Amino acid sequence: MSVVSSLSDERRRSLTSVYDEAVRGKRRRLILFLAVVVGLAILAGWTADVRLLALAENIGRFTSYIGRILPDLSFATFFSDVAAWYWDFGGWLGLLVETLLIAYLGTLLGGLAAFLLCFLAASNLVPNAPLRFAAKRTLEVCRTVPEIVFALLFVIAFGLGPMAGVLAIALHTTGALGKLFAEVVENIDMKPIEGVRAAGGSWVQAIRYAVLPQVLPNFASYALLRFEINVRGASVMGFVGAGGIGQALVTAIRQFYYSDVSAILLLIILTVVAIDLGTERVRHRLIGLQGAH
Amino acid sequence: MLISPQDLQRDAEAALPRLRQQHAALLSNRAQANRLLLGLVLAGGLALFAMVWLDFSLVRVVTGLGRLAGFAGMMFPPSTGGHLATYLQSMAETLAIAYLGTLTAAILAFPIGFLAARNVIPNPFVHFGVRRFLDTIRGVDVLIWALIWVNVVGLGPFAGILAIACSDFGSFGKLFSEAIETADRKPVEGVLSAGGSALHGHRFGILPQVLPVIGSQVLYFFESNTRSATIIGIVGAGGIGVHLAEQIRVLEMQQVLFLILMILIAVALIDLVSSRLRHAMIGARANS
Repeated sequence: MSVVSSLSDERRRSLTSVYDEAVRGKRRRLILFLAVVVGLAILAGWTADVRLLALAENIGRFTSYIGRILPDLSFATFFSDVAAWYWDFGGWLGLLVETLLIAYLGTLLGGLAAFLLCFLAASNLVPNAPLRFAAKRTLEVCRTVPEIVFALLFVIAFGLGPMAGVLAIALHTTGALGKLFAEVVENIDMKPIEGVRAAGGSWVQAIRYAVLPQVLPNFASYALLRFEINVRGASVMGFVGAGGIGQALVTAIRQFYYSDVSAILLLIILTVVAIDLGTERVRHRLIGLQGAH
Repeated sequence: MLISPQDLQRDAEAALPRLRQQHAALLSNRAQANRLLLGLVLAGGLALFAMVWLDFSLVRVVTGLGRLAGFAGMMFPPSTGGHLATYLQSMAETLAIAYLGTLTAAILAFPIGFLAARNVIPNPFVHFGVRRFLDTIRGVDVLIWALIWVNVVGLGPFAGILAIACSDFGSFGKLFSEAIETADRKPVEGVLSAGGSALHGHRFGILPQVLPVIGSQVLYFFESNTRSATIIGIVGAGGIGVHLAEQIRVLEMQQVLFLILMILIAVALIDLVSSRLRHAMIGARANS
């Protein structure tokens, strides 16, 4: 304390003023930042036609909606209530399996296509710039157009049904995985390739014996992560008629079969959580394998 | 004395059988090959099963591809069909949906992130419960949320904002709490030892560490929400997707291509701006 008070008045004043100036500058920046955020929010609210009063009115409708979709379960007749809630369990289970198969096949086909394209898009393997550019742009377009848009087009071209969903997911997956795969390939150690080439191996042999062993664990891990995402994607493919559990959900929501909505939602959530937990295990093991190498 | 290459090769070939025999276990990879084969057979079998279950047929693929080629031909040149003003307004609406949805989710998830962080709330029941709650919300796709909100508040962009806010709320809560959990404890100890309260510890010890992380995550989600906001219109929740779905249904392919190009350009622009901002933020964190 005595040390602080022994500062001369003048020195203390100059220190305080420097400190105040720094704090004021920071506060000014914060206020400016908040003003920009709030200003944009007001502009966006005006563009998107947001009425907060409507929200206040509708919050009650949301809670009552939640109340209506919840099943009527009582302890006395618990099992028969659950049976009534899941009256179409067999049918929904079939649709869930269909959803998982759509996700699986979409991930597999998309993963194969991405696997073939990623080597062309990697700058360390393909010195031909136009070819690389073409591969990269193709992947980018596949990635940026949402899968549901592909599904809308494919439903018209290939007819209603899960095949359109599979192809839509496969195309989007090609773009998403192709980019990730290419990044993995660009980060590999180049020395094994030089070794294979020096021993007289061709480009394909270099990929097989020098690149693949380095990248496969990462590829598998990314593909599993994508499978997780695709299960979610496949669950809404039915909204546009491209197969899966979404079909049943959209019918239940549009026709106001309230308890069906919660039953199907619960099935979807449980499936997604189960898939997440399962793939997370496998992915950790894959990455562990790679670390052990 | 030099050995000729021919001699060298002859010697090596002569030694090969002996080496093969001595190190049989090392050189044979039969077990690995068998495992790989088994995996491939399983994956291929499941794929075949899926194709049968999902009603794949070569005829449909071929006719479908033919029809797609027809669509592709009809797409050129892209045209606005005289609706440029409407489309631009819808694009603005899409961006507004993404912005407000992300902002709402971030503001709501901020306190939840603290609740779900192990080092802030040591009670395992609280953060376990909050985590599972967030997982449940995350398990529902944004299109499903949009469909539900359309039912509640009616058609329009407002339902889209609420849908994006809901689905991001789950992701943000999880990411924020992880950022808070990985924060360094030492600044908090410093604040506490200087006589600060627990609240001061969070405010001056943790918050400055996590804000740049949170900021960059919010920006990243804004990017991805721009993509989501372009499609929630398919179920009637506002934005450019309304027009896209409609033009696809009536096969106005020139306008479809125009809309897709518009989306691609808008998404690319947002990506560019937000990745700049994110790098600036992370740079600021690295410097401080």
